Amino acid sequence: MSDLIDRFLAGERRALSRILTRVENGTAEGREYLRRLYPRSGRAHTIGVTGSAGSGKSSLTGALAAELRKRGHEVGIIAVDPSSPFTQGAILGDRIRMQDLILDPGVFVRSMASRGALGGLAPTIDDAVAVMDAFGFPYVFIETVGAGQDEVEIAGTALTTVLVNNPGTGDDIQALKAGIIEIADVLVVNKADRPGADVLVSQLRALLSLAPSEGREVPILSTVATTGDGVPELVDAIDGHRAWLDSSGELAEHRRQEARHQVLSVAQRMLLERIRAATSEDTLGALVAQVADRSLDPKSAAEKLIEQGHGV
Amino acid sequence: MSATQESSSDQKIRVLIAKPGLDGHDRGAKIVARALRDGGCEVIYTGIRQTPQMIAEAALQEDVDVVGLSILSGAHLELFPRIVEELRSRGLDDVLLFCGGIIPEEDTDALEEMGFSAIFRPGTNTRDIVSFVYENVTAA
Repeated sequence: MSDLIDRFLAGERRALSRILTRVENGTAEGREYLRRLYPRSGRAHTIGVTGSAGSGKSSLTGALAAELRKRGHEVGIIAVDPSSPFTQGAILGDRIRMQDLILDPGVFVRSMASRGALGGLAPTIDDAVAVMDAFGFPYVFIETVGAGQDEVEIAGTALTTVLVNNPGTGDDIQALKAGIIEIADVLVVNKADRPGADVLVSQLRALLSLAPSEGREVPILSTVATTGDGVPELVDAIDGHRAWLDSSGELAEHRRQEARHQVLSVAQRMLLERIRAATSEDTLGALVAQVADRSLDPKSAAEKLIEQGHGV
Repeated sequence: MSATQESSSDQKIRVLIAKPGLDGHDRGAKIVARALRDGGCEVIYTGIRQTPQMIAEAALQEDVDVVGLSILSGAHLELFPRIVEELRSRGLDDVLLFCGGIIPEEDTDALEEMGFSAIFRPGTNTRDIVSFVYENVTAA
């Protein structure tokens, strides 16, 4: 165990990779690694990249990483793709869009499956981000599962949230709805070489002008990830958000919110695990059968489940 | 293995499916990737035209248990030894290796010697590939 930590601290990528697996799996060993490494995290600029499926998140993340490499920074990337709800299997294909970075020793790309988590991330995403952060990457990108309207978890994980939009994907009522658009620190119109990009930019601008200002204007940038157009400006905007967090004192507040979110979500997960461990398949099966035939409502069944797993 | 069974452990078998070399026919690789996904594995798919270094580096970063290579170009005896070498030089000598595609019978011994545990040729039932993976990956 200490051996792997030593190799990790010496900057060995294989050690990073192995620790990430253990932390992702949430094993006792993984928790111990996290306990040891967590105090070293908190230095990276963590950047969430979210948006709908096919909006260009992976290509844009790759392009942002390439631009940061030009500026001399090392970059860690965690890309989340969905797990099958039926088989728990997954196809993790985000690397395909990042081919140019694979042999760059200043870039590390890790794919994670969502493993049943809602909200566009994976159950242990915060732990994996902390490990990447502790390894010393000054920038860590977190690319979410294709997210539509309500997947706002990323804002609790990343310091800066970039929301990727595309022209031609809905009228301005879509943008008026509550949810994901409210968490964006930077808005991007990607595939800006397509018709309708200017209209979308002005719709987004109009929408933002209605939002309560918190002393900072959310920038809107146009990019074409596949050619790199607009990418340097986007990096500047992301850096600009970080600078604002630092100078406005929002950073401390953001970290408190983030920590609160993490503590509560880990507690939730641990409680569920304990209840599951204290429940026999027969007990669960009997409750499930009663709910399925409508002789018991789900809330009462859940209460019984918690009672019989007493002491959790 | 029941596909719909709730898994008691969060440890998933991670498989890298890669296509080395210059042929662009990735249908077989995608079918195998899909079969392994349906079998409950987490499959990292890298796309076509991968160099030996790219494949080994992806295997390292993703900490995979298995690497599956698909090749139709006939260059397997040139490319595969370089991939195995790149994996070993990164300390990945415990990774389970299999390959598939157009691979003549007479090359079987050479590939086994290189460390490939199975060769799946056209006509293979994808279930056999999934079973092979589950039977040969030792729990992490």
